[in-house]
Amino acid sequence: MKSLPIIIDSVRKTYGSYVALDDVSLDIRAGEFLTLLGPSGSGKTTLLMALAGFVRPDSGKLLLGDRDITRLAPNKRDIGIVFQNYALFPHMSVLANVEYPLALRKTPKAEARQRALDTLARVKLEGLSERNIAALSGGQRQRVALARAIVFEPRVMLMDEPLSALDRNLRETMQYEIRRLHDDLGITTIYVTHDQREALTMSDRVAVMNSGRIQQIDTPQRIYDRPSTRFVAQFMGEANILAPGLVRTIDGGDASHETLMIRAENFHLDARLAGPDAVALEGMLRAKAFRGENWLLTLAPHGGQEVLVCIPSALAGGCAELATGQRVTVYASAAKAHAIPGAMA
Amino acid sequence: MLEAYPDNRLARILLWGFSALAMAFLMLPTLVVVPLSFSASDLLEFPPRAYSLRWYENFFGSATWMAGLRTSLILGTLTAMVAVPLGLLACISMNRLGGKTASAIQGVLLAPSIVPGILLAIGLFFVLAAQGLVGTLFGVLVGHVVLAIPVVCIVLLPAVARFDWNQVQAARSLGADWARAIGGIIVPQLQISLLSATLMAFLTSLDESVISIFVASGRNSTLPKLMFLSLRDQIDPTIAAISTLWTAIVVIVVLIVTLRQKS
Repeated sequence: MKSLPIIIDSVRKTYGSYVALDDVSLDIRAGEFLTLLGPSGSGKTTLLMALAGFVRPDSGKLLLGDRDITRLAPNKRDIGIVFQNYALFPHMSVLANVEYPLALRKTPKAEARQRALDTLARVKLEGLSERNIAALSGGQRQRVALARAIVFEPRVMLMDEPLSALDRNLRETMQYEIRRLHDDLGITTIYVTHDQREALTMSDRVAVMNSGRIQQIDTPQRIYDRPSTRFVAQFMGEANILAPGLVRTIDGGDASHETLMIRAENFHLDARLAGPDAVALEGMLRAKAFRGENWLLTLAPHGGQEVLVCIPSALAGGCAELATGQRVTVYASAAKAHAIPGAMA
Repeated sequence: MLEAYPDNRLARILLWGFSALAMAFLMLPTLVVVPLSFSASDLLEFPPRAYSLRWYENFFGSATWMAGLRTSLILGTLTAMVAVPLGLLACISMNRLGGKTASAIQGVLLAPSIVPGILLAIGLFFVLAAQGLVGTLFGVLVGHVVLAIPVVCIVLLPAVARFDWNQVQAARSLGADWARAIGGIIVPQLQISLLSATLMAFLTSLDESVISIFVASGRNSTLPKLMFLSLRDQIDPTIAAISTLWTAIVVIVVLIVTLRQKS
């Protein structure tokens, strides 16, 4: 199956005075798995629906391959969509749901049946083809929705928070399976979620969105380790944003005149674990909590801000003995102290 | 909860008694016609002194009455066939539009059910007269469709509002144009509401007399119009026979539809 690149070129969409998409531009490579990540209201679903053809941009262009689809009707786009609530057709059997896009394309009956059955087998639903939709579990419905979206060999697949209705274990299984399906088919996929862990686990690249704009687009590792804005840093897990002057070098000088981001899990109690280029942060211990695999310490350096420190239980020799109110110094490798340009703490 | 009221037996008897009275009050005027229709007398008398089927024979033997029956049934069927698809499309558009525009359109569509029938009939008469359509089946059909659309919309609006719109988007993304999304996804799932709407539209037309009196004529006279004329010109129990048959048909149709919905 030949997949296509997508070009989103300064797409804007407003609802009255509310700007849902603020001149968004984004290039998605053929065969790429790209996630749009952001809180609700960030514009990620609006962008997805614009690609699907259900939202018409005020301005800007959408290109699928070299074809301009900005004003093309949704039924002529050949894009497979998996909806958040699955949107299966309850008056049809599992098989009829999956055959539906083929029937619309006038595929001969026998061929349509065979392709639908093959696709059901691909999503591990063989034997359930005659079932009613109402008789399926949440995970099975999710698989039917997937099968229906890929059976007609679309060039692009869009997924709108497809796992948000499933319980945690099932989510993790499905994350893996959706990614495997993507790799097998090589289909360009745009995946929308507000779950940062899901985004990091599944994607080739992640585009973090907020207030109708793309804040940063990069590989999961770089998004996590090298956030370009304060918003991205804080959206991607426990990030401490530290004003200039708080973080010191090991011999007491200022570590940086810029605002630094250090993730909670990058701190150590033992300076040697932080390496030769360690930076240090001192503060009063406000609270400590044992969370099983790690300890969570809350430090208060001067300035009133709180700093979260996460020490793996295996390395937390002294944690149990620490008393709240006591002054504690924690260390991090300078490489893990990431300067956030232009961010005032 | 009932245990808290030691005298609930009395309350229940009163409630049942009141309900029975209300039912009787609603049904008696309809039921009193039934014995009248089996009277052997030339006059409408109650209770009848002798019984016969002569008024039924009179009805089925009369070319005029039969033409009226035929017109009414054809008109009812056509009204349902036109009003239900129009109403469904209107409800879908109103649901998709939303906001004040939709409320305004809804107001206009429901207006014929609020405007007095006689005004509607007079207005329709002038509109049709200008087009030379007075007395045609088409003219009466237009009037009946106008009256049936509000009824259809009242039945279908809540059903359309409950519909999971993502399914239509899914169908569209899978390659269905609007017509196929409506025909293949919406219609099959709204079957029961559509059946109710069809029945209501059919009965609205069947029952309508004012517009028919103004607009229908000759072979296109509907049964209710002929009944009014007959009451004016010569009162005989044929009217009672027709009413009885009418009531029976309506009861049977409604029963069949209701029972089908239950199962």
